[in-house]
Amino acid sequence: MKINPLKLRLSEMRGLRGAFSFYRDRIERFDKDLKAFLQVLQSSAEETERSFPFSLKDNILALGTRTTCSSRILENYESPYDATVTCKLKESGGHLLGKTNLDEFAMGSSTENSAFFTSRNPWDLSRIPGGSSGGSAAAVAAGLTPFALGSDTGGSVRQPASMCGIVGFKPTYGLVSRYGLVAFASSLDQIGPMTRCVQDAADVMSIISGHDVKDSTTVKSSLSFNIDLKGEVKGLKMAVPEEMLDYRGLEDGVKASFMDAVEELKRAGAVIEKISIPSVKYAVATYYLIAPAEASSNLSRFDGIRFGPRHEATNYDELVSRNRDMGFGREVKRRILLGTFTLSAAYYDAYYRKALRTRKLMANELKAVLTEFDFILNPSSPVVAPVIGEISDPLSYYLMDIYTIPANVAGLPSISVPIAPVDGLPTGMLLTGRRFSDVKLLEAASFIEGFSPAYEDGLTRIAERWVE
Amino acid sequence: MMYRTVIGLEIHAQLQTKTKAFCSCPADVFELEPNTAICPVCTGQPGALPVLNENVVNYAIMAGLALNCTLNERSIFDRKNYFYPDLPKGYQITQYFFPIAENGYLDIEAGGVGKRVRIRRIHIEEDAGKMIHQGTDSITGSTGSYLDLNRCGVPLIEIVTEPDLETPAQARVFVELLRDTLRALGICSGDMEKGALRCDANISMRDDASGVSSNRVEVKNINSFKFVEKALESEQERISAVLDAGGNVAKETRSWNFATKETFSMRSKEEENDYRYFPEPDLPVLKITQERVEQLRKSLPELPWQKVRRFMEQYGLPKYDASVLSSSGDVAYFYEEVALVTGKPKESSNWIMGEVMRIMNERDLSIENLGLKPEHFKELFEMIDSGIISNSVAKEILPEVIERKRSPAFIVKEKGLEQINDDSIIEKAIREAMKSNPKAVQQFREGKEGVLGYFVGAVMKATRGKANPARVNEIARRLLKD
Repeated sequence: MKINPLKLRLSEMRGLRGAFSFYRDRIERFDKDLKAFLQVLQSSAEETERSFPFSLKDNILALGTRTTCSSRILENYESPYDATVTCKLKESGGHLLGKTNLDEFAMGSSTENSAFFTSRNPWDLSRIPGGSSGGSAAAVAAGLTPFALGSDTGGSVRQPASMCGIVGFKPTYGLVSRYGLVAFASSLDQIGPMTRCVQDAADVMSIISGHDVKDSTTVKSSLSFNIDLKGEVKGLKMAVPEEMLDYRGLEDGVKASFMDAVEELKRAGAVIEKISIPSVKYAVATYYLIAPAEASSNLSRFDGIRFGPRHEATNYDELVSRNRDMGFGREVKRRILLGTFTLSAAYYDAYYRKALRTRKLMANELKAVLTEFDFILNPSSPVVAPVIGEISDPLSYYLMDIYTIPANVAGLPSISVPIAPVDGLPTGMLLTGRRFSDVKLLEAASFIEGFSPAYEDGLTRIAERWVE
Repeated sequence: MMYRTVIGLEIHAQLQTKTKAFCSCPADVFELEPNTAICPVCTGQPGALPVLNENVVNYAIMAGLALNCTLNERSIFDRKNYFYPDLPKGYQITQYFFPIAENGYLDIEAGGVGKRVRIRRIHIEEDAGKMIHQGTDSITGSTGSYLDLNRCGVPLIEIVTEPDLETPAQARVFVELLRDTLRALGICSGDMEKGALRCDANISMRDDASGVSSNRVEVKNINSFKFVEKALESEQERISAVLDAGGNVAKETRSWNFATKETFSMRSKEEENDYRYFPEPDLPVLKITQERVEQLRKSLPELPWQKVRRFMEQYGLPKYDASVLSSSGDVAYFYEEVALVTGKPKESSNWIMGEVMRIMNERDLSIENLGLKPEHFKELFEMIDSGIISNSVAKEILPEVIERKRSPAFIVKEKGLEQINDDSIIEKAIREAMKSNPKAVQQFREGKEGVLGYFVGAVMKATRGKANPARVNEIARRLLKD
């Protein structure tokens, strides 16, 4: 093949003969080291002038595949239907390459909570790819798939995108149907594209977004993602919250890279101010009350009765307890317990109801800031990808979510764009906008690509070991 | 001691929408093969999401209007979390914190006394599936249990009363009127035996003089109208006996066993689940506009108590007749047709409440299935009026009209059941009777009037009951005196 698909944007790859087998071969060759995929498929559909390959995080249903959520309890679960996003991609010419690894039920920031294996960071195999959509991020970053879909409940698209050096976009809540996404925390979950440039993210959005009668939380919006991004920031007002810049866990290198990018934006005519959003300091606490509460209920259906492995037991209660005990990993159990506790009648007011109030307060503060400013800027993650096993205390990971969580809590669009790496490890800049400002957000993000050293010829760089 | 009984009811009514509450599976699953009306949504497959059926909302609004409730412009769906095999999602979608309708009432009449029963709330929720256990009635001790998920997601409204009912009879009357109301609205079949209407009752007793009172007891699984009264009577006896003996009535949930005609303890209130209610994040706030409510208000059909009033005014019926006839929409409709065609509203009422409903009950048939036409009654009434048949012959032939689907006139003619009004035939029969029993003639002439019956009977026998009894009487009297 004369054309190298790794040099192509999605729009240029459409209809390229042999694209599917090109990526299929790469997965064959490289995934034993990267461990991004849980399942790899043979293409059954014939390539047409519109076709393109893609991958799905393995908590999104696709007929003909298992949907495991990286959990023992679903290890043999055959998808009985197509998720709406899967359906839309297929109708648009998409051919599914494979299903990617994640933290079990999307609970985690590293893929270390996968029941099957930990995926690797393509820039350093001893490190995590981030998570929970770590398999998707690693696969895109290493050029094993042109793009992948992830799901973002508290940063699960943007944080791994940042750690692997690709673009991760979480749209406004309600723009993309959740039908067929195995729910973690329904009021926070949103599917988003993980791509090698912002234009690709827009192109994927033009396929997957839109009101869906099967998901009552989707909205009817006139927003069109059928756009050619020009990349413009002149005159835009951006806010940098001091709570995030002064966050104790922020690594110096990451901060320096971020500040350099801020300077570039200023030079291009953006107006950037340091501001304060006091409620942000409650973001993590609020999130870790609401998300586990919803999760404890969403995961109730996994009882091993209708699907999933069923274990020997002498009565119903024991049967369900054993199925769930054997089927769920530690982190999932931790969150189910947490959510069950905070929803219990005796503690509902003290925890869940209070968290809902804090959520509203935070949403209002963010809305006020975003009335005055076009975007909020901060690093996508306070740290570069940690070494596998380096962080064993779950709380340390929870606290790192401070940068990404506010967008989920308030349903805002938010995108991570790769900026200058720190010691060869990727970092990202996070832009968050007001609800339904998604297109404007993509415009600004695409400007960053112009000066970011993480790019080559308009696409994110691929680490050398995956190119020869 | 003199105990006062306090009863409150919780009634679940299955709504007769075409499709289920949150998916497009059919909602009428009563006689379907197990697991044939299911989909990813109602079987709780991962990733599936509920979508609210707007007709469920319309039906709930109609119920709210008929029961004089305040309809909330904003109501919210919640999840009730608990594990059971017939609940595939591990939670039931219901409305806990903010129901669609509140603060209504229904006026009943029991034992000739009117009573207003307040409605606390009406909310929308989904039904669960069904289990079939092997070896026992319940999951405990079952050697194997099958799961039929057809009923999962069938729409329900739960109607909760204030504890305003004072006797088991009032409770039964309330449930019956509620059933008639839901039927009139066309939103629920009201069939308790088939589980389309289910009643749970809370009962407690108190002696005002001494202040002695019982805990509240919940009685579940009351699956017929008769049992509403029976179960509560049995519970009333049980509780007063415990109180009389100075005992403590446990706060518990009991189940009605219709075989033993007693309640038995299911669980104490302390053993109850913590359902961890919280707002259902997959469904938006349910907003209903004033316009929608008004539109539905205008389209409400005639409700049972309105029909009773109209039947009394329009047809001059006694209240009893009007209530019986209007308790079923089909019967009421048929009655009105018969009354109109025959022009005899009271006779029509007597016939329908009497013979027709008796046959319906005996054969367990709906009025529609009887195949009777208003014209049949027109013929019957005309034949009676013109003396062609007697009232008793008319009653005798009605079952044949139903079975053979022939008109009454046809049957009367075919079987030669016309009355004999020809005096010469009757005279002849009497003379023959007199000839064969001169002794009886003598007795009559000596003043034993009772002997007249013998001659009437003899004539009826001779004419196979067809002689007009009034004529026979008159002629026999005349001839005997001669």
